[in-house]
Amino acid sequence: MRRADFLRATALNLLALPALWLSASSTAQAQTEVQFYYPVAVGGPIAKTIDGFAEGFMKANPGIKVTPIYAGTYQETIVKALTAHKSGTPPVTSVLLSTDMFTLIDEDAIVPFDGFVKTAEDKAWFNGFYKAFMLNSQSGGKTWGIPFQRSTVVMYWNKELFKEAGLDANKPPTTWAELKDVATKLTKKDASGKVTQYGVQIPSSGFPYWLFQTLTTTNGAILANDAGSQVKFDDPAVIQALQYWVDLGKAGVHPPGVVEWGTTPKDFFEKKAAIIYTTTGNLTNIRKNAGFDFGVAMIPGNKQKGSPTGGGNFYIFKKSTPAQQEAAFKFIQWITQPERAAQWSIDTGYVAVSPAAYETATLKKYGSEFPPALVARDQLPVSVAEFSTHDNQRVTKALNDGLQAALTGAKPADQAMKDAQREAERLLRGFK
Amino acid sequence: MTHAASSAGGSSLRAVHAWLMLLPALALLALFTHWPIVSTVVDSLHSTPKGARAVVWVGLENYESMAADPVFWKAVRNNLWFASATIPLSIGLALLMALWVNERIAGRAFLRMAYFTPTVLPMIAVANIWLFFYTPQYGLLEQVTGALGLPSHNWLGNPATALGAVTLVAIWKEAGFFMIFYLAALQSLNPSLREAAAIEGASRWYFFRRVQWPLLMPTTLFVLVNAFINAFRMVDHLFVLTRGGPDNASTLLLYHLYEVGFGFWDTAYAAAITVVLVAVLAGVALLQFFVFDRKVHYR
Amino acid sequence: MNAAHAAPRLVWNDPTWLDTLAAWLLALLWILPLAYAVWTAFHPAAFSTRFQLLAPLTLENFARAWEAAPFARYFLNTTLLVAMILALQLVLSTLAAYAFARWHFRGRDVAFALVLVQLMVMPDILLVENYKTMARLGLVDTLLAIGLPYFASAFAIFLLRQTFMGIPKELDEAARMEGASALQTLWRVYVPLARPVYTAFALVSVSYHWNNFLWPLIVTNSQNARPLTVGLQVFSSVDQGVDWSVITAATLMTSAPLLVAFLLFQRQFVQSFMRAGIK
Repeated sequence: MRRADFLRATALNLLALPALWLSASSTAQAQTEVQFYYPVAVGGPIAKTIDGFAEGFMKANPGIKVTPIYAGTYQETIVKALTAHKSGTPPVTSVLLSTDMFTLIDEDAIVPFDGFVKTAEDKAWFNGFYKAFMLNSQSGGKTWGIPFQRSTVVMYWNKELFKEAGLDANKPPTTWAELKDVATKLTKKDASGKVTQYGVQIPSSGFPYWLFQTLTTTNGAILANDAGSQVKFDDPAVIQALQYWVDLGKAGVHPPGVVEWGTTPKDFFEKKAAIIYTTTGNLTNIRKNAGFDFGVAMIPGNKQKGSPTGGGNFYIFKKSTPAQQEAAFKFIQWITQPERAAQWSIDTGYVAVSPAAYETATLKKYGSEFPPALVARDQLPVSVAEFSTHDNQRVTKALNDGLQAALTGAKPADQAMKDAQREAERLLRGFK
Repeated sequence: MTHAASSAGGSSLRAVHAWLMLLPALALLALFTHWPIVSTVVDSLHSTPKGARAVVWVGLENYESMAADPVFWKAVRNNLWFASATIPLSIGLALLMALWVNERIAGRAFLRMAYFTPTVLPMIAVANIWLFFYTPQYGLLEQVTGALGLPSHNWLGNPATALGAVTLVAIWKEAGFFMIFYLAALQSLNPSLREAAAIEGASRWYFFRRVQWPLLMPTTLFVLVNAFINAFRMVDHLFVLTRGGPDNASTLLLYHLYEVGFGFWDTAYAAAITVVLVAVLAGVALLQFFVFDRKVHYR
Repeated sequence: MNAAHAAPRLVWNDPTWLDTLAAWLLALLWILPLAYAVWTAFHPAAFSTRFQLLAPLTLENFARAWEAAPFARYFLNTTLLVAMILALQLVLSTLAAYAFARWHFRGRDVAFALVLVQLMVMPDILLVENYKTMARLGLVDTLLAIGLPYFASAFAIFLLRQTFMGIPKELDEAARMEGASALQTLWRVYVPLARPVYTAFALVSVSYHWNNFLWPLIVTNSQNARPLTVGLQVFSSVDQGVDWSVITAATLMTSAPLLVAFLLFQRQFVQSFMRAGIK
């Protein structure tokens, strides 16, 4: 008889499990629940700041429960968000790359913000963001994303190493030619001819296209159109930009092969690279850990100055209740208010998303004490939209593969870009 | 009351009993293995649903684009190379480790622990450590090669070495696990065999080649099958080390499948890739079934 | 009679110094990553790439790692998950193996062949489709979703069937003669005799599911059901700029249970495999 009991018990347990789990997930109906996924692409204790924001908002709005969920990198976060959306229960809101906009629209996953903007106050806030950040946030006359953690690429340079090389520590390179020249002087080799310190390092893993945009923008080329339906990888200016990058490696002043994004700040701390290109979002991290005097400057120009914008926007997902969407809208409005945006910028190094934020006392003080924090903002007037198209992940991968092929010497620059162009055109055919 | 007498009347009842006992397992297998295989094949013959667009029959179109996609073939070639490196090397090392630990070597307990530790650590955790080992300029490998006066190398960022670097991590992870199987088998060998060989003055190599190796055949077969499956399953480390790059130099089929299915959300094309994977594994399954079948008759 | 002389390395000789050296070198190489993890986790970040023997020790990395992600929740999730999977695997596969081993019925061989399919084609491979199934069942982001595809384990069924077939029929008949039903026979005769196999399988299953990554990655979205492996990867994702001190501290924390368990039960582990006769 024990066997029958045993089996019966097991069967009951099997049946009980789903009930347990389903019930656990549907508690607390009294409050409006707003879950949101957020990625972190920069170093530092970001999760704590976000949790702090959530708590602050909940204190001011007792009927709403905000649950921030850390979801990894930008790429991992979009996978999770879309996975959740496709299984019918997306997060109410999420911070995703501004470039994911077209993909999210195509998947019918998000709602535009225009419908939520009602009062005059709302409108003032809505129109108060930097125009450069709205470039990747609007399509078809509607606004689909609200800027939150936005950035531009900036150049960090090690002042000590500059002095050692006999260069003026306060005069960073401002043109491509100067960059090459300075990098050559900063490259150190040991007795056996092995390089112990590279002059310049531009990462090319993960999302090389973004760093590549610092070279194409300054060469006067735009990679994709506003509608996200056409790309121009084989433009001579683009190929020229890629060739410049490849040549830096060939000249021995830039590390060979594909350079890892994640270890680039560490490479900077370890003095393995005298100049690095990375997001302004790493500023606080670098400030804390550098251990030497460093400077931050705008990206050196060629035909013009410029940089892509980058980073994440808030999106509101369709498959949530109107109450949840309203609550999410409130939260997004709250978290992008000048005081919060200022705090966020100080804690990370991301650009505060509205001019008003830079007028707050905290950010004014911080900016005067630590001028590098303002460089990325000052670069906004010459900043362009980040590369984004329909079927974004796939088209971007074609570009990334081409860039990595050229940088590792597997293909010449023009071949790599022509192949990428062909692949991208094939993918975008259905979106013309 | 013999067995036969009791079974004559109740054979259909017993069949019912038997099927009842099989039911939970078979039902789950059907739901998560058999049916998905069928449904994957069906999906691969249709288009991907996207937003408002409905699913349509496209026949072999997904397979055609797959055949024309250089990234797919890269993944196939990489996976075959990866399999041909991990399978013999991890099994060979496992055998060697087992033979050593089985002997009266000084510090066997430490050796056994050292060989087996990689198995207990999650791949995703150790991948970060290996990332450090491979980091150019100040990574561990760099420090060692620098001390030896060898040139610097970007192991993960160079298409020529990325796959090899990733393979090494896989071998490191697997060998210890297979070692346990060999060790158990070695320890269950009849000790009198060894005594007899010793009396005859046989060398260790002779003893291994003529006695141990043949007796270990069943274990080797078992381990071989496992290694083969793992060669197509092990992609966790790619997430941290290379993400399939540079330029797909280290991508493997299952990783490519994940990229297409959950990165690009092209589920029909992902289904086509899945069909290829399943075909490869099923092919080996059939082979294994026949070989094992013969093995069963031997006993 | 004894013709052994020093020159040929006979079966009966102790291993040579060459063997010992090679074995030790390999072992040191093999344990290097763990050694590095221990070094880096207990030293401040500045020493994560520099190996100065007299560097100061610190527990700060563990504190930071613990705070940075809800590891307590991840631990709970993983423990529940692994226990749930193991329990169900044992029950289901015991029943199925018994049916295969001791009963003759029509379609038995076909059914067994169907089971064997899962030996090669694991649920991981069928990611896309299984994910869709979970979505339809409304189970995404639950522990059940992670475990369900694994409850029926072809490996366990295969092993147990082999074991059960090797148990002498006389014991079975003796129990029957005492009036035991089929299930009672199973419980009283077969299960106890197959204990080493259960132990060996449990060890394999626990270690596999504790470390499983890809499927849980896809099927979980939030902390609700996220196991340690996914939590660790999300936590140490490279975009942030790799901080090896914290990552290795987190790694040690998440691997500690299995590592300690193995260190304590090494011999039993090997012995159970031996007695299980996995050949």
